[in-house]
Amino acid sequence: MPEMTLIEAIRLAMDEELARDPNVFIVGEDVGQRGGVFRATMGLFDKYGAARVIDSPLAEASIVGVGIGAALYGMKPICEIQFADFIHPAFNQIINEAAKMCYRSGGEWPVPMVIRAPYGGGIGGGLYHSQSVEALFSHTPGLKVVIPSNPYDAKGLLKSAVRDPNPVLFLEPKKGYRLIKGEVPADEYTIPLGEAKVSREGTDVSVYAYGMMHYYTLQAAEKVASEGIHAEVVDLRTLYPVDRETILASARKTGKALIVHEDNLTGGYGAEIAATIADAAFTDLDAPVKRLAGPDVPAVPFSHPMQDWFMLNPEKIAAAIRELARY
Amino acid sequence: MATQIIMPQLGESIVEGTVVKWLKSKGETIANLEPLLEVETDKVVSEIPSPAEGVLLEIIVPEGTTVKIGTVVAWVGAVGEPIPAGGEVPDTGSTTHKEQQPAAVATTPTLPAPQRELGFISPVVAKITQEHAVDLRQVKGTGTGGRITKKDVLAYLDSRTSQVESPKATIPIWETPADGDLFRPTELVFAKQVALSPVNVTPANVTRDTGTHDTLLPHTTIRKHIADHMLMSKNVAPHVTTVMEADLSKVVAHRTANKAAFERDGANLTYTVYFVAAAVAALKTHPRANSSWSDEGLIVHSAINIGMATSLGEEGLIVPVIKGADGLSLLGIARAVNELAERARGHKLQPEEVKGGTFTITNHGVANSLFATPIINQPQCAILGVGAIQKRVVVIDDSIAIRPMVYLSLSFDHRILDGASADWFLAKVVEVLQNWS
Repeated sequence: MPEMTLIEAIRLAMDEELARDPNVFIVGEDVGQRGGVFRATMGLFDKYGAARVIDSPLAEASIVGVGIGAALYGMKPICEIQFADFIHPAFNQIINEAAKMCYRSGGEWPVPMVIRAPYGGGIGGGLYHSQSVEALFSHTPGLKVVIPSNPYDAKGLLKSAVRDPNPVLFLEPKKGYRLIKGEVPADEYTIPLGEAKVSREGTDVSVYAYGMMHYYTLQAAEKVASEGIHAEVVDLRTLYPVDRETILASARKTGKALIVHEDNLTGGYGAEIAATIADAAFTDLDAPVKRLAGPDVPAVPFSHPMQDWFMLNPEKIAAAIRELARY
Repeated sequence: MATQIIMPQLGESIVEGTVVKWLKSKGETIANLEPLLEVETDKVVSEIPSPAEGVLLEIIVPEGTTVKIGTVVAWVGAVGEPIPAGGEVPDTGSTTHKEQQPAAVATTPTLPAPQRELGFISPVVAKITQEHAVDLRQVKGTGTGGRITKKDVLAYLDSRTSQVESPKATIPIWETPADGDLFRPTELVFAKQVALSPVNVTPANVTRDTGTHDTLLPHTTIRKHIADHMLMSKNVAPHVTTVMEADLSKVVAHRTANKAAFERDGANLTYTVYFVAAAVAALKTHPRANSSWSDEGLIVHSAINIGMATSLGEEGLIVPVIKGADGLSLLGIARAVNELAERARGHKLQPEEVKGGTFTITNHGVANSLFATPIINQPQCAILGVGAIQKRVVVIDDSIAIRPMVYLSLSFDHRILDGASADWFLAKVVEVLQNWS
C-alpha cells in the first residue's frame, strides 16, 4: 500500500472520480493550468482537459453559482475555493441556494456538488489565509460538512462526497497537506459520510477532534499514554450531520470529554458536541465537558510568536488531557 | 462559588493539624496550587497548596490554632464573592447584600465539619453510588481536592466484592476495644481478679491441626472479645444457675389488650419488655442482685441499667444497655428495647450504649431453647435467661389447665448471692409476671 500525503490522497480521489464519471468536473481559481495553489489538481488539467478542469475568475460566488447550475443539470461539480477565508462571498449561494434547493423543490432538484476549501492556520498565512469556517456552515440542514484528518479518510470521504446527492462542504486542513502522511490503498473504496471514528481506544478521557487538531490530538494522546493516562480519541470526520452515537458511546465509557478545535471558542463547533454530551450522557459524566479551542480574537495573527500563541499544538492538548484526567 | 479550604488529612492516623503560618493574607490573590498555608502535624510541617485560584476571601482558623481534619480553615473565591452558608460572611456593609443572606447564617458559628468533606459528586459517581448502595465516606478520593472520581468508586466496588468473605474494612463501633463492659479487654478491667484467680486463665492451646478438608476461619475482633470475656467470667465468678417457671397468662392478656395501643404510640410491645420490667421490679426489692463484687466490698449499684443480649447471628452478640430502666414506664421500656435492638442489628450502636449495665437479660427462648445456664456478663452479679414461651399443661387447684409457660434461668455469682437469696430474687420476677395487671 503506497504511503502518500494528505493532498496526494485528495488529488487521487478527484482523479479516480473524474475517470469514473464523465459528469464530474472541477472548477476554481488556478485549478487548471497551474494545478491549484496547493497543487491539489496538478496533472488533472493535462489528463482530462480544459472542459473538465476549469479555471474560473476570482469570484467565489460565481464558482459556487456555476456549480449549483451545473449540478441542477445533472453534473457533479467539484468547486475549489482557494482558501476557506474567501468562501464568504459565496455564502449566499451555499446557504440560500445550494443547501435549500432540494428542500424547496420538494426533492426534485438535488444539488450533488462538492465545495473543497483549505482551512486553518499555522502556516504563517495571517488573517486571510488561516481561518477555520466550519462553525459558520455546520448549522445548515441541507449542507453536509466533512473534514478529513488523514490521507486514507480524505480519499474515501471525498469520493463519497462527490457521489452524495447533497451539497458537501469538504474542508481540508491545509497545514496537514504535506505534513500528514499515511497509507492509501490504490483500490477503489469509499468512507460513508456521517460516521465518526474512534481512532485511539482509551479509558480515561474522550477527546473529540477533527482535521489538523485530530492529528495533534493523536500525538498528545501518545504523549500522555507514557504517563499512564489513556485518552480515547474520536475523529469526528463529518461535522454535519454529526455521528451522535459514536460521540455519546465514548463519553459514556470514559465519563470525561474534551473537544478540541483551532477555531475560536465562542459559538465554535465544540459547543454542539459539548451540548450533545451534556444532554444525553449527563448521568455518565465524571467531570465537566471541556473545550480546548482557539482564543476569541478576530484572526490568526501573522507574527509567528503570536501565531504560536493562537494555535493549539500537541503540548497544549496534552496539558488539557492531563488536567481533565486529574479532575 | 467560593472554594472552602479544609484542614487536610496528612496521614492515615492523623486527626488534627495546626495552622502554623498563613502564606497569604486576606484579600491577596492566589493561583491554583500556589502554597497557601503551612500545617504542622506531629512536628512535621507541610505546605498546603490552594485548590483553586482567586483571592483569599477569609481566614477562619488563625495561626497557632489546632483543629480537626476536615475543618474549614479558609475560603478562596472571586473578589467580593460571598461565602456560602455555614461559612463566615464577610461584612460588606451593603444592606442589599445582607438581605440576600439567610438570617441564620450570620449567627451560626463555623463548626468543624463532622466528617470528611465528600466534595463535588459528579453525575456518574452519584449514579453508581445509587445503583450499588455505596457509602461514599468509605471511598478514598483521588481527584482534584480529594474529589471522589468514577475510578475511585469503581475501585472501591471492586475491593468490596473481593472482600465478601473477609472482615469488614472498617471496624464497627462496638468492636472497638475499651468501650463497653462486655467487650472491654478483660485484662484491663479485671487484671487484678484474673491475677489473683486460682485458675490459670491461659486457655489450653488446641493443636491447630487442620485436615485437608478443614477450613481455618480467622477470628473476628468481636469473636475474640466474646471468647476472652466468657472465659474470664467463668474463671472469676462461681456460677450457679437456678430455674423457675412462670405462668404468663396475665402478661399475654395484657399484651393482647395493649399491643395496638402501644403500636399507635410507635412502640412494639414484645415479651422482652415485660421481662425487663419484671427484672427491674425484682432488682428494686433485691438490690444485692444489682451489684458487682470487689475485694474491698460489694458495690451495690444505685442505677438499674438492664443489658439486653442481642444476637447478631454468626457474627456474635452485643449487649445494648437500657439506662435507668427503673425510671421508665412500660411504654418507655418498649421504646428503649425496640430502638436498641434495631440499632444493634443495624450495627449502629454508639459506644455509650453498650456500657454501664448492672444486670443482663438473655432471651434464648427466641431460638426455642427452654432453659439454659447463661454466663454472667462481668462485672455484674447475675444474668436472667428467658426460655421459649409454650402452652403447657399445668395443675392449678387440682385441675388441669393449659397455660402459656416460660422457664426463667438465673445464673448468679455465688460469691455475692447464695442459693436462697438468688431464689428470692427469681421468685420476685416470677411473681411480678404472674400477677401482671
